[in-house]
Formats: sequence, C-alpha cells, structure tokens
Amino acid sequence: MEGLKVSDANLVVFLHPSKSNRVSKAVLHELSSHLFQFSEIFDGVLLAYDVDIVDRNAKLLSGIHPYIGVRLKAKLLLFSPKPNMLIEGNVVKLTPESIHVIVLGFASAVIIDEDVREEFEYRTKHGKEVYRSKAHRRHVIEVGTMVRFLVKSLDREILHICGSLEPSNTGSIHWLDQNFGSGTKRERENEMKMQEHAVVGGEEISLGNDQSKKSKKRRLREES
Amino acid sequence: MGVELANERAQFLEMEEVNFTDNELVYHVRTALKSASSGDSESYDELIGVMHHRERLSPDEVAMLVTCLKALSGTVSCIDVVHHESLLSSIFGMSMWNYGPEVMDALVDLIISLAASSGKFVDSCLDMLIRNFVPPYSYLALLKQPRGLSRKDQVLSRVHSALESISHLVPLAPMRLLSLVIQRMPRQNDNETVMMTYVENMFKLESGSMGQLVGSTMLIAVVDRLLDLDLEIGWEDIVQDDSSKGIFEMELEDLEEDEEDLNDEGDELPGKHLSRNSLRGNVIAEKLDSLLVLTFEYLESCQGHGRLLEVFETLLHSFRITVLNAYKSKFAQFVMFYACALDPENCGVRFARMLVDIFVCHDHPPMTRMSAVAYLASYLSRGKFLSANYITTMLKRLVDWCLDYCNVQDGDVNPFAHRVFYAGCQAIMYVLCFRMTSIMSIPRLKSQLFLMPIETILKHKSDPLKVCLPSVVGEFLKQARAARLFTVTKTFIFDDILESELSRAFGGLERLDSFFPFDPCLLKKSDSFIRPNFIFWSMVKTTYDDDEDRDEDEEGSGDEDGEESVDGVGEDRRDRMATSFNEQDIDIEEFDYALNKMSITPKQSLMYKFGGGLEELVRMPSRIRPSTSPESL
Repeated sequence: MEGLKVSDANLVVFLHPSKSNRVSKAVLHELSSHLFQFSEIFDGVLLAYDVDIVDRNAKLLSGIHPYIGVRLKAKLLLFSPKPNMLIEGNVVKLTPESIHVIVLGFASAVIIDEDVREEFEYRTKHGKEVYRSKAHRRHVIEVGTMVRFLVKSLDREILHICGSLEPSNTGSIHWLDQNFGSGTKRERENEMKMQEHAVVGGEEISLGNDQSKKSKKRRLREES
Repeated sequence: MGVELANERAQFLEMEEVNFTDNELVYHVRTALKSASSGDSESYDELIGVMHHRERLSPDEVAMLVTCLKALSGTVSCIDVVHHESLLSSIFGMSMWNYGPEVMDALVDLIISLAASSGKFVDSCLDMLIRNFVPPYSYLALLKQPRGLSRKDQVLSRVHSALESISHLVPLAPMRLLSLVIQRMPRQNDNETVMMTYVENMFKLESGSMGQLVGSTMLIAVVDRLLDLDLEIGWEDIVQDDSSKGIFEMELEDLEEDEEDLNDEGDELPGKHLSRNSLRGNVIAEKLDSLLVLTFEYLESCQGHGRLLEVFETLLHSFRITVLNAYKSKFAQFVMFYACALDPENCGVRFARMLVDIFVCHDHPPMTRMSAVAYLASYLSRGKFLSANYITTMLKRLVDWCLDYCNVQDGDVNPFAHRVFYAGCQAIMYVLCFRMTSIMSIPRLKSQLFLMPIETILKHKSDPLKVCLPSVVGEFLKQARAARLFTVTKTFIFDDILESELSRAFGGLERLDSFFPFDPCLLKKSDSFIRPNFIFWSMVKTTYDDDEDRDEDEEGSGDEDGEESVDGVGEDRRDRMATSFNEQDIDIEEFDYALNKMSITPKQSLMYKFGGGLEELVRMPSRIRPSTSPESL
C-alpha cells in the first residue's frame, strides 16, 4: 500500500515546568495529542512514533513560566495519501450509490458509483449486498472484503478519502493477488508495520527513497 | 388513478405514476440538484418545499416526505455544500420529534449517508443529531404524557443508533462528537427538563458502544455541571451564622415532620431556622436535585451491569481535579458518597484511600491536603456502610502521619504554619466523635485505638486542642474521658462556641476548619437515596451514654406538641436526657453542657423567650422544634 512512510525527525518539545519531574511521560503525552491529526509540517497524519531523548540538558524558554525545551529524535510513521496513489481498506458498507471503506482502521473512504468501473454491478445476493464483476464472475466485493482503490482526494480535517475503482488494477485484493500476483512476489503486510513495499502494475517499488532523513526543527507547545 | 396532491408545490413527483422505481426517483433528484447548481432551481425549490412540511402531515404528505428523503439518500454525492446550502439547512433543521417513525427512519438514513459521503458534512450531521437529543420547546410539556414518552423513546433510540452507525463508517467521528456534545450542553440557567433529557443522552452515550471513546468525557462534563449548579447556590441560603449552635446540635434529618408542622400550625418561625425550607423554591437547587437523582439512578444501573468500578474511576478522577478544590462544594460530592455506598468494598475503600494519599503526600498544596482530610473525616463519620475495622485502619494512617509531624516539628501554636497538622488532628477527633463507641465495642479494635499515640499528638507543643474547632474538641474530650482513652488536665471551657479565633485562623479564608462536606444533604429527592446509607448524629451512641437505661420501646407519642421520632432515633436523646437528669453525681457544668448538646433550639431564642435561666430547661422535652418551643411547657 502506498501512502505510508517513516520519517526521521528532530523535534523540540516544550513542557510546562510543572511536568519537570516526569519528563518522559509529558513528552509522550504531548506527542500523543498529535496522533491521528493531519500535520502540515510532517505532510501527513501521524500514526505512530518512537522517540529518544537526545540531550539530558534542556533549553529554557524565558518568560513568565520558563518552559523546558526537550530535544528529541523521533521516528514517525506518517500516512499521507496523495491523488493517484493506491490505497487498501476494508469494506464496511455497500449501497447502490457508494462503497464505504475504512483505511487503516481510522480513515473513512467512499467510492461513489460514478467512480466504479462499468464492469461492476450492484447486486443483492441472499440478502447481502455485493458488487460483482460482470467480466470475472469470481471478482466480488462485499462487506468485509479488502479492496485496493485509487485516491482521488483527501479531506484533511476529518481524514476522509474519496476513491475510485476505475483502474483495472483496483478491486478486491484477494482476487487481484490471485490473478495478477503470480509474476511478482508480494508481501502481505500487517497494516501497522513500519516498512512496506508497493506493487503497481507488477513493478516493485521500495519506499527507501521516502525514508530520506528529514531534519526538521519543530516546536510543539504544550497546552498547560 | 391520479392522486392529486393538495399542495401544488409538490408537483415535482406526479403520483399518477406510482410505480417509479427507486432509480428513477434518484435520477429526478439528481437532475434537480444539478440544475440548481447551474441556476435552474425550480424543481430544487419544490424539493425544499416538501421538506418544510411540519405539522399535521396527512398520510400523503408523509409518503411524499419519506420518498424525498429516500431519494436524497441516494444522491448525497451530488449535494454540494455551497450550491445546495438551503436544502442542507432545511435537512439539518428538521427535528425528529415532529414526525412519525417512517419519516424518522428516512431522515436518519439520509443523515448517515450524508455523513459518510464527505468530510464536510460530518460535523453538521453530528450536530443535527445532537440537537435532536432534546425536543423542541413546544414539545416539552408533552414529555410527561405517555404519548410524549413513547415519542421520546422512538427518537432517542434512532438518534443513538444513527450516531453508532456514523462512527462505524467514519471512525474519527466520536472525536468530533465529543466536542460538539460538550459545546451544546445546556447551561445552569436552561430549562430543567431540557437539561435532564440532555444528560440522559450523555449517559446513554457513556454506556453505548462508543462508551470507551467518549464515556469518560461525558461523565466529567456531568460532574462539572453538577458543580456549576452547586456553586450557584449561595451558602447564605443554607447556613445560619449562629455561632451559639454547635455542629453536633442540629441535624436536619427530620425535616419532613417540620414541614408538616409548619403547614398545620402556620406559626411564624423564629428568624434563624432549619434551612431546607429556604431551598424549597430555589430553582437552581431543584435542578441540582434532579440532576443528582439522575446520576444516582445511572450509577445504580451501572452497578447492575457490573460497570460501576470503571465509571467510579472516572468519577474519582473528576472529583480530584474539580470537586476537591472547589470552594466549599455543597452537594455535588454526594455522587461519590452514593457510589461508595453502592459498592463499599471497592469504591468505598478506593475513595478513602485516595483522600488519605493526598493528605499525607506533601507534593500537593496545603489547601488540597486540608480539603482532602476534611472530606475523609466527614466520609468516615457518615458512611454507614464502612466497617469499624476499616475506619480504624484509616485512622491509624492519619495518626501515624500526625505523629511523624510532631516528631519533626517543634513549633508553638501557629495556626497558619501548622494548618495541615491541625486539619489532621481535627479530622481524627471528628471521626472519633462519631465512631468511638463502635470501635470500642470490638476488643481488637479497642486495643488498637488505645495503642494509637493520640494523646501525644494532641498534647504537642503546637496545641491542637486549643486551635481546632472548639465544638469538635469539646465533644471529643467528653467522649474520650468517658471511654477513659485519656484525660486532659487542663479544663477547656468553650461555652459551646462553634469556632474560635484560632480555628478561624487555621481554617483560612476558605474556612476549611468548619468544612464538613458530607453533612446531611438538604436536597429532598437526593436525600432519599442517601439517607439509608447515612449516619446522623442522633444515631450515634456516644461513650458517655449509659447503656442500662436505654429504653427500646419509647416511641414518639408522648408529648402533645407532636413530637415524633424518625425511625426511632429520637430515643437516644431522650434517654440521655433522662439519665443525666437522674444521676446524682453530675455537676451542673456538665449537665448544662449535656443539655445544650441536645437542644436544637438556638440558645439565643430560648433566652429571648424565657428571659434567661437555663434551669427552666430541665423539664423540657429533649427534642424541641423552634416553632413549638413555647407551647411545650
């Protein structure tokens, strides 16, 4: 799946002096408050982090309350789906007009009927709704199927993705793997793993490029 | 057969062709929406017109509305925030309380589809559902009728299942829901029914499937609102500034009879009198009362589902950060009391332990520690469900801390500097006033009590006996002497004053010296929950009671002024009166002291009525109510 990357970051977290006796806990608390929110600076949604305190000496920000600036080195797992990326998710609801998908357990995605390619048609089979491919009888999308789809747009506030099933390499992952996966070895990953490979049209692209070190100084002020 | 619709605005769908398929309807609506974006808004306006039907819908109109809503559900992807703003505002303005179940279902489906279709609509959809927590103002009066109640049931069940569906489709929705619910929460001045219904919904969210995500915030918000209401009630509505009355004298446990007496005799009450009546008309107090009762009932249901402990953890956290430090919270803390009463072994123990931990830990500011120990003292004294064994354990912790303090500190009387210490001493004395007899009755605990270095602490150079609240000290010494715990060589003559200069000094501006948070609850409805678990002072057997002369069968029918006893608790006082009368070796000072302790009539008014001379009180019945005191002789 594309869109996931691990970034290295140099951060500075500013803590209120009342937290000075439990610095690690305060640092983790501050970073946790940024989880599942889109950050312009990181250019992505922060999913997970792994921090190390670099320096036992902290710099003091002078002012009425002298905030303590703790320097950190962090590995950040970021999710930033861009248009035309291929994303995978779990189908939760099917209607004649739309397919609703949940990506990585927290982002909601919707694929409207206009963006579903002609080959799929909506059917109700034994009381269950399915999208069945007319070309390939076994290619079926129902509630609980993992699908791969193309990103059209992302709403950054609520992390809502608009997707498309137009391209032929989209659809039920299970079926796609069986029918397209014979040539290339594709690793099936657990969605929260930090490193992944993406297969686009049979080509293996490693994300080593994205892991270039990004040195950023970032000030996060803790709300007291 | 063409069914002509009465409303010409609804010609948008012609009923002659009743077999429109869903697809065709969806197509119609899509066209209407698309043409509205490009300027041609005729069918679009008709669509909005249908939505605005509100009152007394005929079956045709209902069917029309349902059809429109269903068609819209299929076209949510075409709805644009800007171009179709009026349609959206009419959808979000609809109140489910005005319609029947079919319309409700269609509307809910539309809202869910809207929320799932685009991030832009999520907040508005959640907001619309939250607004449906309470009925429109015109509907409020109907809520009490069975018709209103069934409608309420229909609406709320759909609203909550819609919220759950949305959170299923949009996993981050609960995050937005949280802040919206808190924002829209009714304030102190809002209508009582509105507030109660809203809080009911908050509790439903807490116990629902989203409970793990939103539950604790809901509870904390409810406790905050309780506290807000509490703080609106002024202390002047409740407390009399009569320093002649000791804290052990007046207990407001039998106010029901008082109210009847008042109604029957129509007497003028003397100026300072039992305070619950002054709260009767108080709107804020009634709201607080209802909200407390709602919370109590919710705690009971949590206990029924085995969830009380996790709910209690949230309540405890909320208590620690808000109620504990609130300036003299009056009744909000009874939420904790009731939760502890429901589960004494877990919650009850946990609460006391938290308070002791705060008291002994000097990381906390002194005010917090003093407040904590005041809560602890009142709680240990009043909780009927607490075992003597546990109380002794807690006492031991207090005593140990005080002893350590004594060993380290060497100062003189200094109310401010040693205020935490004085608070601790007063707490020990207060608890023992209530519990000494019950502790003494168990030999193992009695020996533990005798082993505790209480005498050392109280005779320390900083002289807590002089600084702590005189009425507490006086009562404690009396009981201690009767129990032969220890004797004090100095005589303390307090003249029954409630407080002194020194006690005020250690109590500080907040008067934490006379803060007894679990004194009887003055809110009527809440009190009925609290009462079975509560110890009133009159129920306490003090160590200077004489056991042999206790008469079990004295009911309150003796005196002509309608004296009654509540659950037979009045016997203690009467007995005490009788015995101290009869015993020959009581000196007059002690006798007066005992007399004054029993009387609930303010001394001043007695003086006024009888022109002085306490000797005449000798023949008075022991329980006197202000309205009847002159006649009783």
